[in-house]
Formats: sequence, structure tokens, C-alpha cells
Amino acid sequence: MRELTVKEAINEALFESFENDENVILMGEDIAGGKGRENYPGTQDSWGGPFGVTQGLLTKFGPERVRDTTITEAGFFGAAVGAAMTGLRPIVELMYVDFAGVCFDQLMNQAAKMRYMFGGKQSVPMVVRTVVGAGFRAGSEHSQTLYSLYAHIPGLKVVAPYDAFDAKGLLLSAIKDDDPVIFMEHKRLYMTKCDVPEDMKAIPLGKGRIRRPGKDVTIIAIQRMNLFAEEAAQKISEENIDCEIIDPRTYSPLDEELIFESVRKTGRVIVIDESNPKCSLASEITSLISEKCFNDLKTAVIKITAPHTPIPFSPPMEDFYIPSTKKIIEAIKKVHNA
Amino acid sequence: MNIDKNKLNWIYKKLFTIRFFEERIKKIAKEKSVPGYLHTCIGSEAICVGVMSALSDDDWISSTYRNHGHAIAKNCELKQITSEIYGRSTGICKGRGGSMHISDFDKGMLGSFGIVAAGPPVVLGAALQEKINGGTKMSATFFGDGAIHNGAFHEAAGLAKLWDIPMLFVCENNGYAEATATDWHLNTKELKDIAKAYDMISYQGDGNNVFEVHQITRDAIIESKAKNTPIFLEFKNYRFSGQYEGDTQLYQPLEEIEEAKKNDPIKKSIEMASEYNFSSDEIKQIQTDVLNEVNEAFDFAETQPWPNPEDALEEVYVNYPKELLR
Repeated sequence: MRELTVKEAINEALFESFENDENVILMGEDIAGGKGRENYPGTQDSWGGPFGVTQGLLTKFGPERVRDTTITEAGFFGAAVGAAMTGLRPIVELMYVDFAGVCFDQLMNQAAKMRYMFGGKQSVPMVVRTVVGAGFRAGSEHSQTLYSLYAHIPGLKVVAPYDAFDAKGLLLSAIKDDDPVIFMEHKRLYMTKCDVPEDMKAIPLGKGRIRRPGKDVTIIAIQRMNLFAEEAAQKISEENIDCEIIDPRTYSPLDEELIFESVRKTGRVIVIDESNPKCSLASEITSLISEKCFNDLKTAVIKITAPHTPIPFSPPMEDFYIPSTKKIIEAIKKVHNA
Repeated sequence: MNIDKNKLNWIYKKLFTIRFFEERIKKIAKEKSVPGYLHTCIGSEAICVGVMSALSDDDWISSTYRNHGHAIAKNCELKQITSEIYGRSTGICKGRGGSMHISDFDKGMLGSFGIVAAGPPVVLGAALQEKINGGTKMSATFFGDGAIHNGAFHEAAGLAKLWDIPMLFVCENNGYAEATATDWHLNTKELKDIAKAYDMISYQGDGNNVFEVHQITRDAIIESKAKNTPIFLEFKNYRFSGQYEGDTQLYQPLEEIEEAKKNDPIKKSIEMASEYNFSSDEIKQIQTDVLNEVNEAFDFAETQPWPNPEDALEEVYVNYPKELLR
């Protein structure tokens, strides 16, 4: 077994997808970097996107399939829609999810609705890779998650992996999928490592994962929140409280049954979401549990989310904004003792 | 200009079909016998037919919410178009689109968009796909003068030029962006000068003259392919219809409408028929045939079954658990 970072795992999934299907192309801002300058060429492929995730693809597969774009998200998102409908499998990179505002029309109204609205004759097999998450001291416009904004829209699929294993397996699936998929990569997880087998298989979309089996309390943790959930579960196990951690991994479609099974077993539930609280994945999952598992609940579900504020820059304030292990431990005690 | 007899027949047939069709739509709009918003394209017939007569059947296009003429000229089935407008199950989009979204992918239509300027980036993508795969299909995106201020148009124009993509940006300058006059909203002296910002070749033509539109488009396709470059076409015409059916059109002065009628594209094409050895008897025969066909399409649509309510759950995705759509 070998260890890979999330960043390496995603890079590998891209390389493999490019090798296995010549219809796969990549478009985005500075996904290679160094374009231009005829007389004094700079180093090509020097960036690979701001986090280096796509580095090497231009050198290996050339500029026809790996296309640096201008700063025109609406332009190249729309181009991905048209290219996908007519036979390619485009991957586009939205440098930060916070930039969605300038191209949301092409996602929300075109990519998502074309198949339905025009009678089901075409599909839009495209993937939007984007970077999410707070904790990078990147301020209000480079730190959001906005999961629920996408999960709200029929026609889109939404994936947000936690570790390198899931990142690789789910990206392989997303690229093969015939529907538009939003693939969200957390910037604070890029350098985290885990075992990823050489012959990693695609992981089907819509299947969650039990990251830690337990019998007393169910914790449903979204993306980076799995890190804090595991820390909290480990600590609280010293007090003989046995937590089960569910990572849904995909938010549209959501593996509801996996969540309900765990809730039926424990009757005590915490949902952790790094997003703002209103109309969030946390509120969606909590509402589903109350609808489907009301009689199994021994106490009210606790949601742990960020506050309803933009993301502040200054470290003490940003740390306050992000859900913490301490808050999770308090919540575990509260639901356990209720 | 040489146009063979079959093509001439087709051109006249489509011109009259669109006009008769839209006149009938105006009628049923008044009677309120169909649900939803309706946007007719009376005055755009020569642009729809002239451009499409230069394109091949399987070339890619995008249209807008004012799409009936484009769909008819792209050879979509008239009965299916009508049935869609009536919201019936046999409609071209199975009743899920409606008048604003008449589009048939099998006829090369990538979509008819309700969002102004949504089409240019999507057509750029189809053209990019042709380029990457070495395909030969041409790509053309239709939009109005109102769309030229929108970022999506500019982003697509810039990328198309930068990436050497052969495609046509076809602007119907019909004098109005919704209820706002073009001569107020335009920043450049001529609309086609917008293309200069991208060093893009552009041509302007009389959008009321179907043969001029045909010729300009035909030449532009050859040039665009030969030079591997996008080309911007501006066709000037007049929007006799309101922004939507029911629009009072008080912002369109009556004198202006009367003046524009002198250049009505249908009137003009009839006047030009003799230049192409088309007799008035032939014209009359085509008109009779086409009117029958239009009437049949409406008779058909009116009697078609409604979709089942639960059909609303179909084809949201290629693959998604049905029980999660509730």
C-alpha cells in the first residue's frame, strides 16, 4: 500500500481519465500557467492551478485537450456545456467556489436543465472541479463551501470527498458520469494523506461511507468536518461513549438509507457542516431525519455549523467561525446524556 | 446569385410557414387558448430562413425564447412544435419546455434559451468539440441586439477568437432589446463594430432580404472555415411583434411601424420572386399548401393528450435514484 495526498490523488485520477478516454478535456484559468510570451517564454505548466492539482497534464496531453482560458467563467462553463452535449467529457476548474456568481447561469439554467427542458435527447457529461473551505486565512471571498447552493438544483450532482482514497475513486466516477457533477475539493485537505491502492477503482456516486462504526451516537460529518468528528469520537471514547461517524461523500444524490440505518440504531444524532447554517446541508439532513426517523430519535438532533456570517479574515475570528472538536465533544455529551 | 429550384421552394415554403404560424400564435394568444408566455418573430423570417438555408441540416445552432422561426427553419416537425406550445405529451420537448424552449437536438439545435446571451458560450463549446474531433459541422448562435451588452456574449466572443474557432455569431438587430430601443442602448455607431474589440471579422446585411442573408451567411461559413476564425454577422430588421404576446407596444411609435412595413421581409421576398423565375402562381400554391399545413399542426396539437402529472419526474438526470426526486 502507498500513501497519497488528496492533491496527488486528484492529479492521478485526472491523468488516468485523460489516458482512458480521449474525449476528456480540461479547461480553466491557469490550469497550466505560463501561457503567452513568445520572445521570452516563461516556464510552461508552472502553476497547474493555484494549488498545483492539474500540474503535468499540459506537458503530457498538450494544449488541445488542456486549455488555459481567459478569466471568463461564464464563457468556458458554457463551452463545457456545448462540448459535453456534442460528445466530449469536459472538466472545468472553478478556481474557488466563491467565484460561482459570475457563471452560475451556465450551471443552474443550462448545464442542469438542458436534458429535462429539451425533451431528454441530450445529456451534459461535464465535471466542475472547484476549491472550497475555510481555514486558509483567505477572507470572505475565497473560503466558502456553498454545498447546498448546488445540491438545491435538480440536474446537478454534488460530491465533496474527505480523504485521498475517496477523492480519487469519486473523481474517476464523476468523469465517467453522464450528468453534470460538481466536485468540491477542500483546500485544507489537499496535503492530508491516506492509503490509496495502485489499482484504485471508481467509487459509485450516491454511496456514503461509515468512517467509524459505533453504537451510542451518530455523527454525520461533511467533508473536512470528518477530521474534527474523528478527534472528538476518539477523545470521548475514553468516557465509554461509542460514536459512529458517517461521511455521506455525495450530497446529490444523498445516501439517505445509510444515515437512517445509523440513526435507527443510536437514536442520538449530530450533524456537522462547515457552511453557514440557514438552508444548509445540515438543515436538510436534520429535516430528513426528523421526517423519516422521528420515532427512533431519543433526543433532538444537534446541528453544528458556522454562524450566519461571512467568513472573517483574522485568525481568532476565523477559528471561531469554523466548527471545532471542542464543540463536537460538548454536543456528543449533550445528546448522549439526554 | 445561383440558388437551385429545390432550395428556392424550401426558402419560400419556410418564410410563409413562419409568418402563418406566428399569425396563428398571435390569434390563440388573444383567445388565451394556450398556457404560458409567447414570443413571436414576425419580421425575423428572412433572417431565420436565410441563415438556415446556408447551413446544413446537421450543423449546430442555438436559439432564444423567440425561437419558433429558428425551429421551423431548422426543419423541426411543425406538429411537434405546436404540440409543445400547447403543453401536450407529443410536444417536441414532451411538454417540459414550452414556447420559450422549442428545440430538437436531433435537428442540430443545442437549445433555445430563456436567458439572454446564454447561447453563445454553449455554441462555442459545440464548435470547440468539432475542432478537437476534426468534425466538419458549422456552429451558429442566434441572439438579439439586447444580448450584445451581456458578459456571456463577450466571454464567448473573446475565447472563440483566441482559440481560432470557426463559428458564426448571428445578431438579429431588430430595433428593440425588450422594451428598450437599440439606438438608445448601443454604444458603438454600428452594432457590428462590437466585434472589433476582439479583432473579429464582421459583416452587416439587410435582415429583410432573405437572399442577401443567405449570400452573406454562405460566404461567411466558407471564410470562417478557411481562416479558422469566428465571424460576427449583424442583420438589421424590425420587430413587428411586441417583446411578448400581450405587450401593449406603446414604446413602438405607429409611424415607425408603418415605415417598417415597407420593408416587410415577406413582402420583399414576394417582390423578389420574379428575379428567381418564380411565378406568382407558384407563390400562391406554396402559400395555400403551407397554410393547410399550419392549420393541420394546430388541429393536431389541440387534440393531443396532456402529459401524465408524474411525467414531471422523468429525465431530470441520466442516472439518479427515482425515490430521491420526491
